[in-house]
Amino acid sequence: MTTVATRLESPQALEEYRERLRALRKSDARRVRVCMGTGCTAKGAPRVLARFRQAAEDSGGGEVVETKCTGCHGFCERGPIVVVDPGNIFYQGVKEEDVADIWRETVLQGRPVERLLYKDDATGGLARTPEEIPFYRAQRRVVLALNGLVDPKSIDDYIAAGGYAGLAKALTTMKPDEIIEIVTRSGLRGRGGGGFPTGRKWRSCRDAHGEPKYVIANGDEGDPGAFMDRSLMEGTPHAVIEGMIIGGYAVGSSHGYIYVRNEYPMAVEHLSLAIRQARELGLLGEGILGTTHSFDIKINRGAGAFVCGESTALMASLEGRVGEPRAKYVHTVESGVWGKPSLLNNVETWANVPAIIVKGAEWFASMGTQGSKGTKIFSLVGKVKNSGLVEVPMGVTLRQMIFEIGGGIREGKRFKAVQTGGPSGGCIPEEFLDTPVDFDELTKLGSMMGSGGMIVMDEDTCMVGVAKYFLEFLRDESCGKCTPCREGIAQMLEVLTRISKGEGRDGDIAVLEELGALLKDAALCALGTSAPNPVLSTVKYFREEYEAHIREKRCPAKQCPGLFRYEIDPAACKACGVCRKKCPVQAISGERKKPHVIDQSKCTNCGTCFQVCAFSAVKKV
Amino acid sequence: MAAEKTDAVAAVVERYGRDVGMLIPMMQDLQAEFGYLPQEELKKLSRAVGVPLSRIYGIATFYASFRLVPKGEHTVTLCMGTVCYLKGANRISEALQKELGLVPGGTTADGKFTFCPVNCLGACALAPVMVVDNEYFGGLTPASAMELLQRIAAGEKVEGVAEKPKGGRAGREARRP
Repeated sequence: MTTVATRLESPQALEEYRERLRALRKSDARRVRVCMGTGCTAKGAPRVLARFRQAAEDSGGGEVVETKCTGCHGFCERGPIVVVDPGNIFYQGVKEEDVADIWRETVLQGRPVERLLYKDDATGGLARTPEEIPFYRAQRRVVLALNGLVDPKSIDDYIAAGGYAGLAKALTTMKPDEIIEIVTRSGLRGRGGGGFPTGRKWRSCRDAHGEPKYVIANGDEGDPGAFMDRSLMEGTPHAVIEGMIIGGYAVGSSHGYIYVRNEYPMAVEHLSLAIRQARELGLLGEGILGTTHSFDIKINRGAGAFVCGESTALMASLEGRVGEPRAKYVHTVESGVWGKPSLLNNVETWANVPAIIVKGAEWFASMGTQGSKGTKIFSLVGKVKNSGLVEVPMGVTLRQMIFEIGGGIREGKRFKAVQTGGPSGGCIPEEFLDTPVDFDELTKLGSMMGSGGMIVMDEDTCMVGVAKYFLEFLRDESCGKCTPCREGIAQMLEVLTRISKGEGRDGDIAVLEELGALLKDAALCALGTSAPNPVLSTVKYFREEYEAHIREKRCPAKQCPGLFRYEIDPAACKACGVCRKKCPVQAISGERKKPHVIDQSKCTNCGTCFQVCAFSAVKKV
Repeated sequence: MAAEKTDAVAAVVERYGRDVGMLIPMMQDLQAEFGYLPQEELKKLSRAVGVPLSRIYGIATFYASFRLVPKGEHTVTLCMGTVCYLKGANRISEALQKELGLVPGGTTADGKFTFCPVNCLGACALAPVMVVDNEYFGGLTPASAMELLQRIAAGEKVEGVAEKPKGGRAGREARRP
């Protein structure tokens, strides 16, 4: 399985290598694939994989079974996920003790283990393959196509699956201008959030004067609640690398950087390994595939600064400086890292490139909406039943995303809002659920696509609290260089904090709107100009909730401490005494067999009684 | 000891070919070696690469992952991402700070735990999630997080699983499919 380190000196050599790899892999081979995405890993997937490897060893080599780890399958909610071939049988929630059953029944005898199959709550039916599961049915996996199929640590796996064919085609049959033309016609737009037409950016960089030029992949996925880029870098690192080499050829650059977030050690590990393997095969380095194009990639780890997702701040960080953005009178495609032309794209954008080259601009443009082509990966998370990673064609509605793929809201609660675009985005209420998801539609609603975080909120979510959460985040992450952002966010946060404590005043909403407008106009970079979005969008769609906090000193979602109270429902109370014992301020009294009572004058609203009551007798009112 | 530390800076500078652009990776490597950035090492680094100490100090304080003080025995990384927030991470944070007498970035008096809240761990399906010494623990409540740390403090080897909290309303909610 390990790579035979032969340099591939021509596209023909690559094809021959691919054929050799494929010949070695019988299509009817028995194969156990264990998801090693973060969710599954955290839920114990490495131990499950170890058991499978042990089982394979114990069978004495009589059975040739391939056990491999793969990148994220996306259905993190149900991890650890195990898929067995032949048959593509999909198991969820697999524990170590389940391995023996899967091995005996499925691997050796080809029969499914029913209790580990996905069960559709609505119909009660069992799904054998991913295609039968609603979570996967509405998806279309282009960028994530190989996540879950290939071993991210094996370049052979990627090549056998068709990898680096786009690179070979681009280098040997296309001129740089033709590549830019195809990317332009495909309609690909920046996946990091900005949505800038990728082809146009490449064109500007190609036309820019100055040597050397730099090609950069932005993997500094900073939006909380988003892990698309993480799963992509961890699961299919070669797609990012292949895209970058093609981009380098198109704009005339032989220097690449991948800027990876510090919190993603596995992404760094897989990318580093992938780069090493690509070098060994001559897919990176001097004279790639025997052509005159040379390209190599360095990995830089971020050091924990959200603002470094901004292009000029990221480039400052690459130069070994603090990540402060600069005004973009001159774009980074003309003057970026070290003052040289620099082409920065998000890792998901890069990973789209090889498929566009292989399948053509028309194929890509056939997916999506008028202004937003292709597919987009979202991390669908929050109070939704099926948390996970989802790739859909642009134009799918929010309702489809949340209720079809996501399975609706947990615990039968009511949908309240969906937050898109991270801290720069906004909250979209129920009335707009039928909006198609694309760059322009979400912007019209006062939110944005962002990098693809989609956080679902239910009736228990306080929108003032959410706005406050994001502003706290942004205040901490503001670099402090420009005054509107540094002081404006702090002022807005002060007003919001007051409101959430029940100390809001008439006119506070107007102050928030005024400060928000100021930030949009005056802040230096996108962090500042988009910082008011969480506040302005919640004020726009949930104004009555702000007013309830300010005028009635009441939190309708019963989240803001002090703006609601805890009471014990005498009918539900079983007088077990747990709340009385756990109350840190002895505010609860009651005798055996008599309903307990909270003394409101002593209660500090800590919520302990609510947490510990086994009979749901403690109510928020 | 002193000679060893001199080597650390020299080795790191050498590793990146004295490239000033690689100042941040150099500092990351130093931190990986010492667990934090000792003042003396930063002074040496400043001389070795010819960058003013003020700029190095600026970098060390600008980026959240750099530390200027040593770490405790165990590192407790609590995710404060949006999903974790919605599912109560702020209550966990408050509980840990109160019970352990900690501030974000701080270390307990007994040197057992260093508390590092982070923006997002990208493991939203496990929310609220906490990482202790590279093991992930999901579906936490303030009580179960405290209990977990008590077990770790007592020297128990706890395997990271998306543990579900027991009992009470939170337990039931977490257990529901």
